[in-house]
Amino acid sequence: MSKSALVVDDSATMREMVSYTLKQAGFEPLVGKNGQDGLEQLSGAPMDLIITDLNMPVMDGLAFIKAVRARDEYKFTPILMLTTESQADMKAQGKAAGATGWLVKPFNPEMLLQVIAKVVPKT
Amino acid sequence: MKVDLKRFHETFFEEAFEHLATMEAGLLELETRGDDAELLNTIFRAAHSIKGGSGSFGFTEIARLTHVLENVLDRLRGGRLATEPALTALLLKATDLLRDLVEATRSEQAGTVPIDETVAALEATLSVEPAAAGPASARAPAGAGPGAVCEISFRPHAGFFRQGQDVFLLLQEVAELGEVLEAKCDRSRLPALEALDPEACYLSWTYRLRGVTSEAAVRDIFMFVEDACDLMITTVAETTASSSAAAPASAGALAPKRQADASSIRVPTEKVDALINLVGELVIAQAMVSQVASGMTGEGLIQIQEALGMVVRSTRDLQERVMSIRMLPVGSVFNRFPRTVHDLALSLGKHVRLEISGADTELDKSVIERLGDPLTHLIRNSVDHGIESPEERVRCGKPEEGVVHLRAFHEGGSVVIEIADDGKGLDRERIRQKAVAQGLVRADAVLADEDIHALLFRPGFSTATVVTDVSGRGVGMDVVKRNVDALNGAIIVSSVAGQGSRFRIRLPLTLAILDGLSIQVGREIFIFPLLAIAQSVRPAPGAIKTVLGGRGEIFVLRGEQVPLLRLDRLLGIAGAVTDPYQGIVVVLESDSCRFGVLVDDVLGQSQVVIKSLEQNYRKVDAVMGATIMGDGRVALIMDVVELHRIAVRRQDETEAAAAEADAETGAEAVVTASVP
Repeated sequence: MSKSALVVDDSATMREMVSYTLKQAGFEPLVGKNGQDGLEQLSGAPMDLIITDLNMPVMDGLAFIKAVRARDEYKFTPILMLTTESQADMKAQGKAAGATGWLVKPFNPEMLLQVIAKVVPKT
Repeated sequence: MKVDLKRFHETFFEEAFEHLATMEAGLLELETRGDDAELLNTIFRAAHSIKGGSGSFGFTEIARLTHVLENVLDRLRGGRLATEPALTALLLKATDLLRDLVEATRSEQAGTVPIDETVAALEATLSVEPAAAGPASARAPAGAGPGAVCEISFRPHAGFFRQGQDVFLLLQEVAELGEVLEAKCDRSRLPALEALDPEACYLSWTYRLRGVTSEAAVRDIFMFVEDACDLMITTVAETTASSSAAAPASAGALAPKRQADASSIRVPTEKVDALINLVGELVIAQAMVSQVASGMTGEGLIQIQEALGMVVRSTRDLQERVMSIRMLPVGSVFNRFPRTVHDLALSLGKHVRLEISGADTELDKSVIERLGDPLTHLIRNSVDHGIESPEERVRCGKPEEGVVHLRAFHEGGSVVIEIADDGKGLDRERIRQKAVAQGLVRADAVLADEDIHALLFRPGFSTATVVTDVSGRGVGMDVVKRNVDALNGAIIVSSVAGQGSRFRIRLPLTLAILDGLSIQVGREIFIFPLLAIAQSVRPAPGAIKTVLGGRGEIFVLRGEQVPLLRLDRLLGIAGAVTDPYQGIVVVLESDSCRFGVLVDDVLGQSQVVIKSLEQNYRKVDAVMGATIMGDGRVALIMDVVELHRIAVRRQDETEAAAAEADAETGAEAVVTASVP
């Protein structure tokens, strides 16, 4: 059975790359262009993994993570945030907002899968 | 799984051009609108996105240019740089250059666009405020070593699950780090059901692992939960002393709070020794209490015994833990030898392979420390004298490459370290001739293998025809013996001509505590190391037979014949049981041979603290130490290997004496006196 995932990033390249990698790993990913868009994708159906960028227009990643955690269905869903080296303090803020882990950009698909393995059980 | 990133290139390029347009428009607008935060953020985000993608796809030139561009924009955004026309112009110029670069990259000609000058110009605007060097990767790896035991204590905070963390995943990863020696779950914080919050975490775990490569590997697993748990990583017994010594020196300047340092501490050996001594006293005290309690009757006895049982368990635990502080894997000595053998073989023109096994066998630190020299000497000897030249080996029908085995293993309560080679073996005749020449033995003397081997350890004795710079100057073997003796150890040589020789060093596991069986002979109590005991039985009628015309006895146990010793005769104890069928035969194992010892009674099994006889009295053959029993009596702890050796020698001497009718009976070997 495939697992569900949501990828939120304002960059189409990133959305495509992450989604494609997730598909290879047996996920069926939904995408959102920013935090607001991402929230709208969450219908209340169970979600195995959420990956979000932090710096996005309209609604940024931190606000998105907080909003997701506030919803009962997604209280315990693993959320990975995409950060950069220059955003070290963002990790702490993201964690405080409820993020499960992070992935530092730039990354390649292998690195992404390694981090996913840290937060999503293998089926 | 391998993902081909090429399929995303086109999306990236298209998006990059969109971002470039955004940047250009934004920068132009900046000139009229000034420092608009949202505008700056948009420009920054565009540059940031290009950088992110380029890094993933390995477009290093684009990444280099956008990186510095992003830094400048970040300063602008944060108000640490002012938007001046000159700077905006530079940024526009950089944007144009970036567009050229992206286009060139798309047609795979990235190298044709020179960016150095612009990068330098952008960097110059940053140099007002030096860019912080990223210390993130400078974390020094904490050397743990393959044999070290790593203890990981992981205590998630109550809100652990609210971050979407999965304990099971983490523990699974931990278990894959190395060989799990122990895994414990602490449920003590679990509240009553009414008070339990099902979304909170109350459990914590402790893992003991062997073979964890580094503390960093452990921290890596917990990287996402560092803030959501209490994590303690303790590495017991570092394999190389130098790695722990070197680490603080190199890491001294950086990383003010390095958790790796906080979780393993260096303690002076004396403190550990004091602790071991104290635990030893505690064990004695506990034995005394147990003994008193066993003589009690009446009310509350069951409770006392239950409580005592707990004390006994805890004491044992405590003792093991304290002892383990001092234990190190022998691998820490072994690991220097592959190099030794390699270099030596090379210089001698030989092919030698060193095979090591049992490197994780643990020994007391003080024993390990004094093991290096004797082992080095024996191994050099094996390579130099034992292993033949390749030509000679081929002539003998052996493979060109010689093998030296270095093994460590447990046997009968001690650790044996064995150096065996498949070389030519000891040259009996040459040793003999040399000994005769040096006046050590008479020319017509008949020498047993043992005598030949004993000669090897005589000071100044060497058989090497040519003195090499490796070995053969006659110094060493006697020193080897002295070193091993000093460790309460024994060294045994065996050799078969043409097949190789073997040096076995038997060492006590620890110099402090022993599991023993107390036995009674007459009014004396002795302790045998429990690990040396095969079994103890009351002999069935007819199981003991007299051999050698009444000078020896054997004990037949289920068809197996073992020599029988009478401890009372050997030690000269009066009042012991003389009818063997009234006593008990304890079958002991030493150096892969078995023998029985006749004793009056077996009193029981107990853990004894070894008090050195040598330090308090003097070295006595066949006695490895003394201990104080629960009732305050002193008992001698027997060295089984030595006991056997002495018994055999005594028997030989008796035979010799009987044969030659010589008055001299020799050995004054073992004292029976109590320890002062």
